[in-house]
Formats: sequence, C-alpha cells, structure tokens
Amino acid sequence: MKNVLQLTLFEQIQAIRGGDVEKEKILEAYRKQIRDHDSELRAYITLNKNLMAAQDGLLEGAPLAIKDNMCTKGLKTTCASKILANYVPPYDATVVRRLKEAGGFVLGKTNMDEFAMGSSTENSAFFPSRNPWDTARVPGGSSGGSAVAVASREAVAALGSDTGGSVRCPASFCGTVGLKPTYGLLSRYGLVAFGNSLEQIGPLTRDVRDCALVMNIIAGNDEMDGTSLEVAKENYLAYLEKGVKGFKVGVPRDFFGEGTDEGVKEQVWKCVHILEGLGATWSECDLPTLNYALPTYYLTAMSEASSNLARYDGIRYGVRQEDEGLDWTASYSRTRGKGFGPEVKRRIILGTFALSAGYYEGYYLKALKVRTLIRRDFERLFKQFDVLVGPTTPTTAFRLGEKVDDPIAMYQTDIDTVPMNLANIPALSLPCGFVGGLPVGLQIMAPPLAEGMIFTVARRIEEELGLDLRPPL
Amino acid sequence: MADTDIVIGLEAHCQLTSLKTKLFCGCSSDYRGKEPNSNVCIVCLGHPGSLPKPNRKAVEYAVMTGLALRSKVSERTAFYRKNYYYVDMSKNFQISMYETSGTTTICEGGYLDINVGPHKKRIRITRMQLEEDPAKLVHIGPIDLSPYTLVDYNRAGMALLEIVTEPDMSSPKEARLFLQKLRSILEHIGVFDGGLEGAMRCDANISIRGSTRVEIKNISSFKEVEKALNFEISRQRGVLRKSERVVRETRHWDEIRKVTISLREKEEEHDYRYFPEPDIVPLVIGREMVERLGRSMPELPDARAERFSREYGIPAYDAQVLTGEKALADFFETCTKMLGEAKTASNWVMGDLLGVLHDKDLELHEAKVTPATFVGMLRMINDGKISGKIGKIILPELVTSGRDAEVIVNERDMQRIADTALLKSVVDEVFAENRKAVDDAVRDDNAVNFLIGQVMKKTRGKADPQLVNSAVKEKVMRLREKNQGSA
Repeated sequence: MKNVLQLTLFEQIQAIRGGDVEKEKILEAYRKQIRDHDSELRAYITLNKNLMAAQDGLLEGAPLAIKDNMCTKGLKTTCASKILANYVPPYDATVVRRLKEAGGFVLGKTNMDEFAMGSSTENSAFFPSRNPWDTARVPGGSSGGSAVAVASREAVAALGSDTGGSVRCPASFCGTVGLKPTYGLLSRYGLVAFGNSLEQIGPLTRDVRDCALVMNIIAGNDEMDGTSLEVAKENYLAYLEKGVKGFKVGVPRDFFGEGTDEGVKEQVWKCVHILEGLGATWSECDLPTLNYALPTYYLTAMSEASSNLARYDGIRYGVRQEDEGLDWTASYSRTRGKGFGPEVKRRIILGTFALSAGYYEGYYLKALKVRTLIRRDFERLFKQFDVLVGPTTPTTAFRLGEKVDDPIAMYQTDIDTVPMNLANIPALSLPCGFVGGLPVGLQIMAPPLAEGMIFTVARRIEEELGLDLRPPL
Repeated sequence: MADTDIVIGLEAHCQLTSLKTKLFCGCSSDYRGKEPNSNVCIVCLGHPGSLPKPNRKAVEYAVMTGLALRSKVSERTAFYRKNYYYVDMSKNFQISMYETSGTTTICEGGYLDINVGPHKKRIRITRMQLEEDPAKLVHIGPIDLSPYTLVDYNRAGMALLEIVTEPDMSSPKEARLFLQKLRSILEHIGVFDGGLEGAMRCDANISIRGSTRVEIKNISSFKEVEKALNFEISRQRGVLRKSERVVRETRHWDEIRKVTISLREKEEEHDYRYFPEPDIVPLVIGREMVERLGRSMPELPDARAERFSREYGIPAYDAQVLTGEKALADFFETCTKMLGEAKTASNWVMGDLLGVLHDKDLELHEAKVTPATFVGMLRMINDGKISGKIGKIILPELVTSGRDAEVIVNERDMQRIADTALLKSVVDEVFAENRKAVDDAVRDDNAVNFLIGQVMKKTRGKADPQLVNSAVKEKVMRLREKNQGSA
C-alpha cells in the first residue's frame, strides 16, 4: 500500500476499516512528518501531546489540524496573539466537539494571522508560516497554518475560518480544497470572533470528497449559536456522484480585471471549458458591485472587530501586563498596547472611528446598505446561473515580506473572496493548475445552502484535472 | 414639597428576578449570597468564542410589563451593542437595545399613575429596553478612596429591564412614589421581587428649571432615590445662590456618606458606538404572543385597590396604600380572609403594623410577622384575652421575633387580669397609698379616673378596664355612703 501520508481522509478511513493499517500508526506517521518538516514550515503553534483516546467513530482517529482561533478544551487557543498566549479554553467549539465525537483527533492548533486579520499569516505574533511549494513564499491567510498542514501532509484535514477569504486564499496558495460555507450553516460557537456577521468556519482538505465528508460531520444547527440556520442535515457525499450536464455556469468579467495574473486567468478558463466539455453551458456576466466589496468588507469587519476585541483587557483571562500601582484605564492600555500587534491595532482604531457618533451613518450603516446591494447583485446572477466561477485570488502566492508594509496591497489579495462573505453565500476554492510551480485556485460560488451543487462541479473538474498536489518537500 | 421649578426624570433598572437564568446564558438568576465569581460561565465572563443566547422568557416579561404600563410593544426589535470600557464589564460592551431610525426598543411610550396625597399624577414612560446587568464592584469604603476594586461577576448578565420616564416628576417624593408603584406593578405581574437587594436601581436626571441637567448614578433603591435627590437639590440650590453655574455632569450617589460626587463632566461623556449585535438575530414579537400574554395578565395594583374598596369597604386612600406593595396587599388580604372581616385587619395593618415597620426601618418581607401570628393577636383582642393596648405593646416583638402573640403574652405575664379577688386587693392597695386622691374622689366624680389609672399602672395594663372601673367606683361609693352615715 502507498505511504499513509498520501491517503486522503476518506481513503485513510477505508484503510483502517479494511485492516490495512492501524490508526496509531497513522498518527505516528503524521507526528513524524511534523517533526521532520514543521521547524521549517511552522504550520503549528501548539501540538497536542496527548495519546489518542479510543477515538471510535466515523473518522477513526483521523489526525486533524484546527486553526488556533477555535476553542479546544484544555488545549491552548491563542489566536496567534500575545494577548491570548496563555489562554486555555474550558470548552470545545461546537465544530471541534462534533469532530471529536465522530472520532477525530486534534493533532494541533495552527498558525494564523493574529485574530485572523491578514492574508499571509505574516501577522502572527509568533512566527510566519511558509508555503510548502516555495518556502520563500507565504501560504496565504489568515488560515495559513491549516493550509500548510494539509498540503505538506502534516495533517489529513484541517479547519480554518473565513471572514473575507481566510480559508479560500490559503487553500488557493497551498493547493488544497477550501470551503467557506453559507453563513449560518456551521456553528460559530467557540470560534473567536473577528467579524461575526461575515465569518464561517470551513474545512481545508486534500480533495473535494474529504471536504464533503468533513461537512457531513460539522454542518447543522446548533442551539448555542443564535445565527445558526435551522436546516435539515444533508449528505454532501451524495452530490459527488452527480453530473454537470445542463448546468448553467456564469463567469463574472469583474473577476478578471486589472491586477489578475494572466496565468491565473488561463487556468480558470481551462476549467470553464472542462465544464463545457461535460455538458454544462457558460456565459460571461457582470457583477458591478464587486468594485465596492473591498471597502464595504473592511468597514464592516473592522467595526465589528473593534467591539469584539474590546474584551481582551487582561482581567478575566489572557495575558495581563504588570500593572502594580496603575489605575484600571492605565492597566488596560498597557495590556492592550503590548498584547496586540500593529495590524490588529490598526483595525481596532479604524473600526472604532467608523462606529463613532457622526460617522456611523456614513460608514458602518452605509456599508450595511451596500452589503444588501451586493447580495442582490448575486441574487440576480443566480436567477440566470446555477453556479459562478472565477479565480480565488488574483495572483499565486507572493513572497514573504512583499506586502507587509503596504496594508492596501495586502487587502487587495481579498478582492475576489470578500463578496461572498458580504452576500452570505458559499464558495469553494479548488486547486486547478499551476503557474510557475505555484498552485492556482478556482473559486466556485453558489446560492445560499447550495453547497451540494458546488461539490458536484468541483468534483467533476477535480476528476478531469487529476493534478498531483504533493509539494516538493 | 413639590417645588414647581424642579424637573426629574428616571431610568429605572429592574432585574427580572423571577427568571431562572441570566439574560444570555444558563447561569442561575439566584446569584445573591454565593461565593464571589462562582455563578459564572464562559458567556457571562465574555470568554473568547462564547455567544449570547437570548432568554425568551425575559422577552415575555418585558412585553407583560409593557402591557401593564400601556406601552406600545414593538413588533420587531433588536439587540444592540453599547460599547464602552469599564471595570464592571465582561466584554467591554453591554448588550442592550437602542432606538434609532428603523429600530425601536422592545416597548415605547405608556404611563404610570402615582398618588401624590389625594391627587393622581401621570408619569409618562419614554421606552423600555432589555439589557444585561454588569458585574458588581466591591470597594473598600467610598469609591474614590478605595485602594483597589474587586469584581464579582456573579451578577454579570442578569436580565435588566430599563424603564425610562419623561421628566414628569417634580419632587424627590414623586420619584420615590414612582419607583414604589413600579415595584408593586412588577411584583403583581410576577416578574420581580423588589425585596431582593439591588433588584431595583436607578439613575436620575434632575434640573432646577432653567438650569443644567445633572445625572445621578448608583441609586440602589426607592428609599435612596429620595435622599439622593434631596441632597442634589440642596447642592444645586447652593450653587445657584452663589450665582455660580450648575455644571452638566454625571454624579455618583455615595450611599455611605449620603452625598453625590462628580464622576465625569459632559465633554468626557462616552460615545457608545451603538451598532446591531451581530450574534443575535432581530426579535420578532408576534401578535399572538402579545395577545396571549395580555389574556394571562394578573390583577394589577390599581384594579386591586378598587376591588379592596368595593369588596372590603375600605377607604380609597387606604386601599392605595395597601396595594402599594404586593407583599402588603397579600398580607392584608390573607388576614382579612382568616378573620372573616376587613375593618380590624385594615386598621391594624394601616396604623400599627406600618408604624412599627417604619420605626424599625424594615420592609414587610424583612419582618418575621406572618398573617397567622398577626391574626392570632387580633383574635386575642377580639376574645378579650388581651386589651388593644397590650396588642400595641407586643406588636413590635411579633414583627421582629415572629413568635405567636399567645406565647409572648404568657411569657411576659400579660394576660388580662379578670380575677375580681385579685383586682380587689390591688384596688385596696391603691386606695391605701393614695389617701389624698381618695378624698378628692369621694368629693368629685372627675377625680375617680386618677385612681383607675393607678390601678391600671400597677397591673401594667393587664387589668380588665371594665372590672377596674366598677371596682374603683364601687369602693368610692361605699366611702361616700360611710361619710354620709358618719356625718
């Protein structure tokens, strides 16, 4: 049999059930892979040193990586921030609990941009992660560590979170599948909030089938999350067998504008033609509100973040700076001044400003209104098309340090991913080829709760492409 | 002292103490007396990743209160975040409600009538909102002198109903009457127990007409509101007398020193940066729910007072006083039913019981007296076992000890002395000790009362007054006859 590290989650479960390999052996193989490569790649912030418990259930002890902004009971959850460097949650996030109950094993907590604010994982307060396809390049962000772990075979599958592209961007840069589900399909209970009205947890996996498998386990209503949707549970694996004949595919021209790499465009169009070859029809269309998505997204996310992050004052948990003799305001200032990194501070300050008296109407409230327009723009297109496709990111992975000092350039990385968060719709990034040896992501979008249709389309393309997604380690 | 130039508005914060759990988590509402920071969870401590889950019952209670105060219940409302940093906040924002274009709080408008002496006065309600209670801060001595602040989160996240009034009150007394009436209404609806420490707190806005408005925070009860406002009026009048300006500011009522102290001036006021709480979907309050709650609404204080007048034939003013507090109204009504008549109960509750409570600065719920022990005492009076005077003497002990009147009377040897032989010997003693008075009595009927009084005094009020009366008069008569015979 082939190297266990090359098995997908689905194949690994089959192998264990067939008696070909023991789950402890698989865990050991992953731990060895981490020992061999993670000192260079830095996917993990914290490793779970515990022995695997019985781990009965569907997942058969699968070693999973969890982004470090999802609470794991008894295992440090830092959000890659100094202010939470010592925080050990007393509870599991709902999705983590569901994975554990299904027999999953949390192998470790992965690196990220501090509080998920960034697109390269360079904003981690601890260290940047590196792209396994070219270690001089970033893995994307903010769920960079999770994408690196899955791509480099340091985990069989992972969870990330996506506020404006934070699952899809690193999936695209590292050559993994990454899904941002419909808002409300997955519980956010236990996900440390950055922009609560925008974000969803999402799987990062080796292939589309694994993504559907993980979604089968973690999707579904959670009474602990008031924004969780009450929808019937679906079997996403069933969609993998379907065809795309008769599917209407829209290709918004706006995703191919200035700043989008020609090689990336070429790979995306290749996929459109694959679908055509499988019996789907396509046509170009317009999504004019895309121009407004980035400022709308940043205003919304920063405003919410400024409030969400107010709780980190060092009083109840987290790192409190030495404050002997200081009054409480001075203590808060010192703790927050030293605890937050520069990008987090920038966003708190901008968000605070946008919510201030006299500016709220012009910024936050206006962003809410534009958000409605963007949602309607998608609704209009979904009357004509079953799915939309485009690139996940305008370019492939950039070099470490390339955009660190230019926040606006860094924010531009998210231009093609933020509209779906604003519109609450699902979108998946699928590895669809390489440009200069670096993976390219195809983004597939569908109406709310039409994840199944995305899986069908993604699976058919994946099959046709048959890419080798093993990075040169 | 309803000064015509005083304008007062209130923001009453009432904990919905009848709820089993806090507003957004499963922690118990019964936090009082618990080890500090033991009644907490990840939600009310604001842990990373925790999410608020609105208590549906709290929404129902707010709607019921709205119906009781004739407010307009919003069909759609939403929670908002009120952002500010303070040590009593577990998230450094408070989940509250907000009125802005397109959004209303849970109830708007309405009114509450208070009785100022014989007059009714209408206090208009501006709005009501649900919000979470902050943690409790513990200081060593006064807030501004304490070397440190301790935070107890047991209270954090309790459901508060904030009721904001129009500036319709014109004296500290009216402010107290408003809160008392509000308390009675909330107690009658069954959402609130005003007897619990800190269950009703308020902020007051006061201005002496033509001058600046000052806000007073940290007023912990309706008793304190009157004291705080009286202090503030004196302070502001003092400022104005010196021809100085009253500063627009927020002041803190220091309950220990009974003074208000400046917290912050206008320019330091918070910008609360309200925005819709993204973790809670807007609340839709269906008509059916409002109608169902309307149908299940219990009898409210005004209706109960009317019924007391009608059913028990007591004066309207007495009925208002008796229904001013649910516990008092319940006490009166139970006693009346046990006794089978209202007049005795109402006289004794209104006059004597309230007097004793006032003297001892107790509220009825703090007193140990029960309808059973109270009625036990009234029955002893009715049956002639003790005099009304003895009743008045032992009532304070009934109130503080909770023991039966019969036990107290026996223990203190206060049974009515109806033994004629015993009485006769006391009368003889008094006559022997008061020669001069006896001579006076023999000559003048009016002087007889002094001797009767002396006998009562000697028996410490226990003697049956009728028997004493006849025994003394009889003896005086005999002396007169004797005098006439010898003359």
